[in-house]
Amino acid sequence: MSEPTKPQPANPASSNARPARRSSGGAVPGILKGLATTARTLARPTHTAEYPDVSPHLPPRSRGVIALLEENCTSCMLCARECPDWCIYIDSHKETIPATTPGGRDRQRNVLDRFAIDFSLCMYCGICIEVCPFDALHWSPEFEYSELDIRDLLHEKDRLGQWMPTVPPPPALDEHAAEPAEVAAVNKPPRTARTPTARPARPTRVTPAPEGEA
Amino acid sequence: MTGADALEVVVRAVAVLAAFLVLPLLVGQTEHKVMAHMQGRLGPMYAGGFHGWAQLVADGVKFVQKEDITPAAADKGVFRFAPAVALVPYLVAMAVIPLSPDVVAADAPAGAVFVLAVTAVGILGTLMAGWASANKYSLLGAMRAAAQLLSYELPMVLAVASVCLAAGTLSLTGIAHAWSPWWLLWQLPGAVVFLVSAVAELQRPPFDMPVADSEIVFGAYTEYTGLRFAFFLLSEYAGIVVMSLLFTVLYLGGWQGPLSDQLGWLWTVLKGFCIAVVVIWLRVAWPRLREDQLQRLAWLVLVPLALAQLALTGVWVVLTA
Repeated sequence: MSEPTKPQPANPASSNARPARRSSGGAVPGILKGLATTARTLARPTHTAEYPDVSPHLPPRSRGVIALLEENCTSCMLCARECPDWCIYIDSHKETIPATTPGGRDRQRNVLDRFAIDFSLCMYCGICIEVCPFDALHWSPEFEYSELDIRDLLHEKDRLGQWMPTVPPPPALDEHAAEPAEVAAVNKPPRTARTPTARPARPTRVTPAPEGEA
Repeated sequence: MTGADALEVVVRAVAVLAAFLVLPLLVGQTEHKVMAHMQGRLGPMYAGGFHGWAQLVADGVKFVQKEDITPAAADKGVFRFAPAVALVPYLVAMAVIPLSPDVVAADAPAGAVFVLAVTAVGILGTLMAGWASANKYSLLGAMRAAAQLLSYELPMVLAVASVCLAAGTLSLTGIAHAWSPWWLLWQLPGAVVFLVSAVAELQRPPFDMPVADSEIVFGAYTEYTGLRFAFFLLSEYAGIVVMSLLFTVLYLGGWQGPLSDQLGWLWTVLKGFCIAVVVIWLRVAWPRLREDQLQRLAWLVLVPLALAQLALTGVWVVLTA
């Protein structure tokens, strides 16, 4: 209504540079389109997630909080060393297990004294979970653990262990994916004894001639 | 004046005051909800329990609790008086708008002129607020408001003059009596001009240059806090109510409809509510005009359109008389 549909002579650059604007049909269809868009949105359901009343539907691999399965931890410190912001604290000591058979050797094992993650520092990169060789750390989708005091975000190992029941089972593999390593190891045919005849004698190492090098 | 007359005056005044305090809140809540759903949101959902119906009541309580600040450099008397000047004209205007032939607080003989004159005073409050704030942005906003009022008062008066000419009376009750469905077509250009001018007079988007928050903070209301700021907001929504009801009476026949003898006032309110929703809809759908586009629209489109409508009405009235 207010905008003249013809290009303004005072501003020829914009009308030349963008001839596509002419095809929008001018001002009046434009403002009618605006009304139609808002009316259509009014008739449709809203997108608002009513979070505190309705819990959100999170995908199973959501990075909510890190759970610790204490039995699997060997205090190897890989997670603490890989952590980019050094928010994992591990204390452990060695215990000696006496030999069970006479004349046997005493064995040593690590005992985990403290495992803590400071979630006020954690940036949820997940490297600790990736790097753990013993599957002691897992992602849990739980996210409601905000605190009034930032120091309470330091979760000790009992608190980290409490997240363990919330860890979802791993998602099923794709249809034609390679079978998991554990299954592959079981299904592999057992090793048979080597036959010495089938193996060719190793050739003796030839020492290079010293004059060739010079 | 007898005691019964005095009592009647008091009852009528209290009724208008009640309508003045309730209807703008209804429009405001409708704006919250309609705007939210037009943007794919839900709007207020908590205050009062059911879909946030008490949100504006809670807002009012919040405004009352806030500190009432008057800037040190402000012209204190004018600064403090400005919200009242913005608010009261709409209260007065609401008194003369008939909801039905019986439901009207004061049936003024020249109601159309009275309403136009009174609502024009409301902008004076904005001008006072901007001038007294001792703030550049406030002054700019006030100047924009004054320019906008001057531009849009003319097409609005011309549009109303056309309706008065068609009805042969200046009384709002008389205009609604004279209305017939044929007016919907005959007075359509005037109705469009009136609606656009009304939105511009209310400084509502897309004509909200006086409070353009991305350019001049909040225009003339920048320095206001607490209850005085709430009064400016209330005057905006009371203005929507007044303009919507006025549009209903002038162009949609007011109380005319089925069972108009018993439910006439309900028809006026329903039609007015639909117009208020349209005003809200325009705000959601359209971006703000530039200051020069605003003036161009008023003088090059609306004034000629209103003059053409006036000429059409005049010719038709003379031919059919």
